[in-house]
Amino acid sequence: MTVSVERTGTNAASEPDAEDGDRDAAHALRPHAEDAFAAELAALAAQDDRPRPARWLLSPWAVATYLLGGTLPDGTVITPKYVGPRRIVEVAVTTLATDRALLLLGVPGTAKTWVSEHLAAAVSGDSTLLVQGTAGTPEEAIRYGWNYAQLLAHGPSRDALVPSPVMRAMAEGMTARVEELTRIPADVQDTLITILSEKTLPIPELGQEVQAVRGFNLIATANDRDRGVNDLSSALRRRFNTVVLPLPESPEAEVDIVSRRVDQLGRSLDLPTAPDGIDEIRRVVTVFRELRDGVTTDGRTKVKSPSGTLSTAEAISVVTNGLALAAHFGDGVLRPADVAAGILGAVVRDPAADRVVWQEYLEAVVRERDGWKDFYRACREVSA
Amino acid sequence: MTAATGTKRPGGPLLLGVRHHGPGSARAVRAALGAAAPRVLLIEGPPEADGLVQLAAEEELRPPVALLAHVVDEPGRSAFWPLAEFSPEWVAMRWAVRRGVPVRFMDLPAAHTLAHREEPEGEAPEPGGREPGRTGEGPGPEGAEPEPAERGRTERERTAKEAVRVDPLAVLADTAGYDDPERWWEDVVEHRGAGADPFAPFEALAEAMEALRETHGHGGHDRDLLREAHMRLHVRAAVREFGPDGVAVVCGAWHVPALRQRATVAADRALLKGLPKVKVDLTWVPWTHRRLARTSGYGAGIDSPGWYGHLFHAPDRPVERWLTKVAGLLRDEDRIVSSAHVIEAVRLADTLAAMRGRPLAGLTETMDAVRAVMCEGSDVPLALVHDRLVVGDVLGEVPESAPAVPLQRDLTRLQRTLRLKPEALERELELDLRKDTDAARSRLLHRLRLLGIGWGEPAASRGSTGTFRETWRLRWEPELSVRVAEAGVWGTTVAGAATAKAEADAVGAETLADVTALAERCLLAELPSALPVVMRVLADRAALDADVGHLAEALPALVRSLRYGDVRGTDTGALGEVALGLAERVFVGLPSACAGLDADAAGRMRVRVDAVHGAVGLLGELAEPGPGAAEAGATGGSTPGPGPADRPPTADTPDQPGRGGGRSTAAHGGIRGRWRGVLRGLAGGERIAGVVRGRCARLLMDDGALAEGEAARLMSLALSRGSEPAEAAAWIEGFLAGGAGGGMLLVHDERLLGLVDQWLTGVSDEAFVDVLPLLRRTFSAYEPGVRRTVGELVRRGPGRGGVRSATTGMSGYAADLDRERADAVLPVVGLLLGLTGGSDDDGDTGWGGGRGDGKGGRVAAAGGRTGAAMREGGWMEVA
Repeated sequence: MTVSVERTGTNAASEPDAEDGDRDAAHALRPHAEDAFAAELAALAAQDDRPRPARWLLSPWAVATYLLGGTLPDGTVITPKYVGPRRIVEVAVTTLATDRALLLLGVPGTAKTWVSEHLAAAVSGDSTLLVQGTAGTPEEAIRYGWNYAQLLAHGPSRDALVPSPVMRAMAEGMTARVEELTRIPADVQDTLITILSEKTLPIPELGQEVQAVRGFNLIATANDRDRGVNDLSSALRRRFNTVVLPLPESPEAEVDIVSRRVDQLGRSLDLPTAPDGIDEIRRVVTVFRELRDGVTTDGRTKVKSPSGTLSTAEAISVVTNGLALAAHFGDGVLRPADVAAGILGAVVRDPAADRVVWQEYLEAVVRERDGWKDFYRACREVSA
Repeated sequence: MTAATGTKRPGGPLLLGVRHHGPGSARAVRAALGAAAPRVLLIEGPPEADGLVQLAAEEELRPPVALLAHVVDEPGRSAFWPLAEFSPEWVAMRWAVRRGVPVRFMDLPAAHTLAHREEPEGEAPEPGGREPGRTGEGPGPEGAEPEPAERGRTERERTAKEAVRVDPLAVLADTAGYDDPERWWEDVVEHRGAGADPFAPFEALAEAMEALRETHGHGGHDRDLLREAHMRLHVRAAVREFGPDGVAVVCGAWHVPALRQRATVAADRALLKGLPKVKVDLTWVPWTHRRLARTSGYGAGIDSPGWYGHLFHAPDRPVERWLTKVAGLLRDEDRIVSSAHVIEAVRLADTLAAMRGRPLAGLTETMDAVRAVMCEGSDVPLALVHDRLVVGDVLGEVPESAPAVPLQRDLTRLQRTLRLKPEALERELELDLRKDTDAARSRLLHRLRLLGIGWGEPAASRGSTGTFRETWRLRWEPELSVRVAEAGVWGTTVAGAATAKAEADAVGAETLADVTALAERCLLAELPSALPVVMRVLADRAALDADVGHLAEALPALVRSLRYGDVRGTDTGALGEVALGLAERVFVGLPSACAGLDADAAGRMRVRVDAVHGAVGLLGELAEPGPGAAEAGATGGSTPGPGPADRPPTADTPDQPGRGGGRSTAAHGGIRGRWRGVLRGLAGGERIAGVVRGRCARLLMDDGALAEGEAARLMSLALSRGSEPAEAAAWIEGFLAGGAGGGMLLVHDERLLGLVDQWLTGVSDEAFVDVLPLLRRTFSAYEPGVRRTVGELVRRGPGRGGVRSATTGMSGYAADLDRERADAVLPVVGLLLGLTGGSDDDGDTGWGGGRGDGKGGRVAAAGGRTGAAMREGGWMEVA
């Protein structure tokens, strides 16, 4: 049955064969959140004495701790899953606790999917009830489909029905996830309206319905840069509480994230680590932040923002790229010239408008800055 | 009364320790006063204001208002005690005034406070002495401190002071395990419903403060000791008069322990002895919620006056009411917000509060809920909510019977010293800015205009047009007094108010040009302290304005003000920086802005290019000092020679071999050098409109930045058969029709004439017919005299010897130089320019260029055709 096929990921919290799960997780290229952090979840559950909403494995407070990290009374350290404002996580968890669907918005690379996965893992112990939104997502993916062999052999019945992840979540009181909601065609999106407002999914073919059990909820993610792809209807939008995941708050935090990720990536690519890399990383992060925020870090000069998103993820790729350049074609040390081309590519997405933005930035900000002479020259070289 | 055990020690007065501007405190004070019914009320505030209390009974005195104390002769030195509707002091005052209970202020008199501030120079902060604008709005010592009125300095002092001062609220909150003192206070005091015992909250708070003060003493607020001594004296006097049971005291909770403290009258008096004193005046002034908010200059330290006001007024269910209000505001702004949204927002806010362990949803929770539910996670509508509701647009009112605002006094004083009487009759005033009094008058009028007090309107000067003259039309209308009163919110002196107004205008300005205009007005009104803000805004606007046209239009005005400021000796460093930045942005953006324009837009762009060119020339002059300094200056070799941009083309440096290229690299660092680079790019650009290209080529040529062959190449490129005839003619227009003397140029610089003539001769007959109407458009704009002269020149041809004799009136502009006569002029020119020996060489190379060699024949050949047509001005007939 489809159910078993879709449920490849095991559910450590609700299913007895945790051993199986461990083995699966060990082999998986990327284990599910509930498997990777099973120990933390168990420790939290054991010490969580606060009230839990129906069918939640943890109290909202514990879910927030799971995401933000902390130390439990018995000394168990919970690693932070999300580095960012506490407020965001609190609002997100509270939204789920009040039965409202949660919409996570943000530019690409702000950990929307990551947060949604961990929320589902912490709340329901299962992050696999997932609908991936694409331009071709059919209604069946959100409601239900049919097993046609069954249907033809035995006629319409619940046995012939192939439930969607959302339908299963409703029936079991779990958290369903919809990724990239705005990529789903508008008419398909709107099937969610009944589910979210009436909390029921009618099956007219059988004259039946599936009513959501307490504990059911839905987390959707959407990219707010891709405006106009398939904007949510206001009827649907009204059913969601929206939380915007911001880009990292401080330059330090971002440098930290970038260098950590670059380190991980570099190791997987067997690149030698660059000793002076941190300066260039800081520079890349600074450039990205300034262009993104439209103001220099000292807050004294405004600059135009280019059309690209310049997310942390892109900064990571620029630095990784530069490291590869330095390792294979340079002297192994990350130099301004190694990142200049990458930055140019990330910034100048629209050849006309962005080039002006970039040149203005170069002339007005970079040229004047102490210790940025090399970088300025390198940029001029690739920009010319 | 028997229940009044609250903060009453047996036999002592009722001490109501509050948090200034705390709505919970205000409510508690109201309840406590109602229960205790004192016969006299003492409030923390300047005793000089006792006489103003009765005004509180009038309906026209509507909070937010502030008690304003200022030194009589010096309105700029002032202090404010802002009161909002939800301030406990205000509530207590109203309560007392309505019941006929006498109110007395008991703090240190403003006469001392302001005198204390005066020392050194009346402005310099003294360690530990001066009261800064507060940060914590706790019941702490900063609470009812007067706000120093001098702005700008507060921020700095605040940070300096904070280090030593104890924030009692923060200590208490920290003890209670809160990281945010605000939230702690809200949770324990503001959000508490009315308890059974109206005195209990005060008692609890007083105990806490007592414990704090035992540990921290005066906590770095050493001046508080003086104030508290003064308060004790007042309390004692009141107790003697009305008996201990009849006295109620409303003061910052921080002071309660000190007021309980037993100190002898003698000791208190000794403390207060010999305090400096000045003569002060007090009045009520209208205040706004925005000014109560911490973000603005005079901040009373309340982040959210609107929210506090709401808490104070809401009879019950504050969160539900608040969110309904928010929904109403968003609906008015055309956002779709339904009741369902409000319901969900309330649920979210309540649950958030529960999760954060707070007894009731506070501002943070409600705003989080509004963002997530009503604003779709966006901060933009949220900012609106913050601005309109959390801070709020409330404006206080003051009855007419209140004493005059200090701004009026300052104005009167200025009018007296400058001998400018406000008269209803219109009259004209001529000012000579070289005289001190006239300059001061001009400043005053400009400042008043900035404040919207249109007493004087600038009029066109009669007679002299010198920049040192100004003509004003003066007329004092009665309603101007009202305007003065209104402008009182901006400050206490004309200069201060105008500065504040200019800053506010700059922030609120719509377009870049508005800000540049404002900058100019600031210079005229001589408001140097407003300039940084204006410049800031200007730089920001310039950075974000994507329309190069706007930038190009703003630049000349800016450079003008720069030069003007220079003349007046104002420090224009910031202005220059902004102008340079603006120019830089123009340089970057101009090429793409000049591409793909239609004829009209191209014409406008040409004007802008001209304007920028002029501005850059000036700017270069200001930024890069004269030729002598340039050699030794920081710009070093990058500085172009002695102002080639301003040199008349006839005196232009000749095109020495390789000179053009050499200069462009050398001048790369200078602003004029970079501008030339831009012009060069424009002149050679493919997609640039013809008229702009032509113009750029011409500007470059005038600068001597083009080798002669280069100009010819550009021209032939532009006029070649491959290009559209319209474009070619536009190029000619751009190249030749610049400014007033386009034609004169052709007359005087026969190099140009040669180029045009050369092209025209080379044009085939059919093409000639095609371009004729277009050329005519250019040449018909010349004055008839110029046209005729050009025609004559062409007809005559650039021959050598004989030409001179043929043209009687034009001998100086003969095709070939008369070296003897030219040399004869040199000594005089050298004398005029202050040059010595070296000038001879310069002159030689500069004047003796051998142009026209070998071209004479061609020009002569074309002479007949061109010349005749030009003379008649009837090209069509020829065709």
